[in-house]
Amino acid sequence: MAKVKTEKVHEPLFHIVKRDRMPLWQSISIRLGSIVCALAFCALICYIVIDVKPAEFFETMFDGVFGSERRIWKMIKDLAVLLCISLAVTPAFKMRFWNIGAEGQVLMSCLASVACVIYFGGKMSNWMLLVCMALASVIMGAIWAVIPAVFKAKWDTNETLFTLMMNYVATSLVSFFLIVWVPSGSSTLGELDYGHLPNIYNRYLVLVLVVAAITVAMYIYLNYCKHGYEISVVGESQKTACYIGINVKKVVIRTLIVSGALCGIAGFLIVSALDHSVTTASAGGQGFTAIMVSWLAKFNPIIMVATSFLIVFLQQGVNQVATDCNISNAFPNIIVGIILFFVIGCEFFINYKIMFRGKEASKK
Amino acid sequence: MIFDYILNAIALGMTFLYGSTGEIITEKAGHLNLGIPGVMCVGAAGGCAALHYMIVGGVTNGVLLVVIGILAAFLAAALMGLIFSFLAVTLHANQNVTGLAMTTFGVGLMKYIMFGLKEGTSIPYLKALDAFRFPFSSSNSALKYCGVMVFLAIIIALVVSFVLFKTRVGLHLRAVGENPATADAAGINVTLYKYVATCVGCGIAGLGGLCYIMDYSGSREGYLSIEALGWLAVALVIFALWRPHISILGSVIFGALFIAGSFIPTLLPFKILQTMAAAPLLKMLPYVVTIIVLIVTSIRDKKENYPPAGLGLNYYREER
Repeated sequence: MAKVKTEKVHEPLFHIVKRDRMPLWQSISIRLGSIVCALAFCALICYIVIDVKPAEFFETMFDGVFGSERRIWKMIKDLAVLLCISLAVTPAFKMRFWNIGAEGQVLMSCLASVACVIYFGGKMSNWMLLVCMALASVIMGAIWAVIPAVFKAKWDTNETLFTLMMNYVATSLVSFFLIVWVPSGSSTLGELDYGHLPNIYNRYLVLVLVVAAITVAMYIYLNYCKHGYEISVVGESQKTACYIGINVKKVVIRTLIVSGALCGIAGFLIVSALDHSVTTASAGGQGFTAIMVSWLAKFNPIIMVATSFLIVFLQQGVNQVATDCNISNAFPNIIVGIILFFVIGCEFFINYKIMFRGKEASKK
Repeated sequence: MIFDYILNAIALGMTFLYGSTGEIITEKAGHLNLGIPGVMCVGAAGGCAALHYMIVGGVTNGVLLVVIGILAAFLAAALMGLIFSFLAVTLHANQNVTGLAMTTFGVGLMKYIMFGLKEGTSIPYLKALDAFRFPFSSSNSALKYCGVMVFLAIIIALVVSFVLFKTRVGLHLRAVGENPATADAAGINVTLYKYVATCVGCGIAGLGGLCYIMDYSGSREGYLSIEALGWLAVALVIFALWRPHISILGSVIFGALFIAGSFIPTLLPFKILQTMAAAPLLKMLPYVVTIIVLIVTSIRDKKENYPPAGLGLNYYREER
């Protein structure tokens, strides 16, 4: 006769349960906590690697960002540009369209702006020229974004890699045009004389105001418009979107036009307010950083102001530390990377909770 | 001349081959790892740092240098893979964002480390160059680039291809990437497979960085271009349709396209190619070709050319 086995059921020490929803203050404090942990960790690393005391580390960082009026304005300017690009990628991401081509879109629109200045500069009034530049940039950005979108909508081509490749095509095109435009063969375009945004107070204020307006507009677009609603439905579930009669293809293409056009505005601002020129590094890797900024803010334009401030603060602050200690200027990237790891990791504790074996048993 | 061109293309292509073989393993486990450029950078930094300390410490044995250098690169890069899998598997973090953060981190870390690896004006790790270019290191032609790591890359790609498509482990791994829930129900340890595949994949990709510095470039500035090469390695995965053995051919083609700017104008007698402006346009070729491959495979719409179905999605067992 077979014996009845009385096997002991193995229960794991803990298991993971999805949370329903967390109160806002709790999720914010978890995120802030992770940033504090990350900063402490970075201070520790700096103490070990480059022998800077933690107090000194934070002091230098603050000094690097808020130390003088010039530094504060530099921070504000960087923040505005990064925020603008982050806003640009947001509608696409909300739709789960991984547009990592913001870099290329910005670069192409910088190129378009500069082309306008080179061909029309001095032949029309400054205002007309600025309008031309803005239009050209917006159209160019939109074109660069919509090419992958059309293929995504029609044949489901992988958009992540498509947009990534478009970045490099853009870089090559910029170096091609630099060779064409600069006859001396040095391929570096000096500062252009035309097409500057007007100086109100200083050269950055107009830029900041434009980006502020875009932030508010994007918030309204995403939260109070039919378009915004359609974007979030497509992002949550394409099947649901089809079922309730949303034309997914149309939404994908339209959203990418918006996204690319905003990248175009960013490119226009970079040329007309800051650089007055174009190089292959005009976008400066911010297209990639913007993705993280946007994601950290959970695609909320208002919170994005805070997250882009965080990134800019870190970059500029740690840069100051690096300059003071005479170490490689790549150091800020390491710190930003570490902090991103912490913040990315902390999302887990917001979305899930860990149930331990003991607790479970006592509940029953 | 044309022989030189092909040899150059092969040697450079191996950098892509390491990267894409690593990324294929990772993607077969369902992870779209956009951190590959960063991983390759960290691999290069790890390998070079090990070589630096060994040579400064007085090690002259070539075999030892090569073996330890490769191991160090593998371990450093695998450690990056561990970070990625911890965030993406255990903490269910978004893979694209994690990958991009890894690239930021990895590139920064490499630049910081490589910047410090010098003794006065000399660069110790470059003294191991002869050992890495082993069979043909004394050759004057481009043959000298075809060193140990070139052969290793092809061997690894073939082995990975065999494991993925002809063994039980490979079958399980592909199952995990296609549909983790089904794999889990079949009794496959999804978490373990994802962890091991990502770490091994990143380790192999990391060798690509070392290969570029110690084999092809052989210069102090070599490390600055690894990031761009890393993105191409990610693109090569699609070009090769997730098969490492096709990737061998693909990597040579990519290598040839990448350096077309400096070879084609001298090989072909067209006037238009000799102008300066042609170089950047030729540099565009590998990217344009990748885009075309992407479009063509998506239009042809064949099931076997699809990416793994679970690519980029995190698996949470209790989710319905």
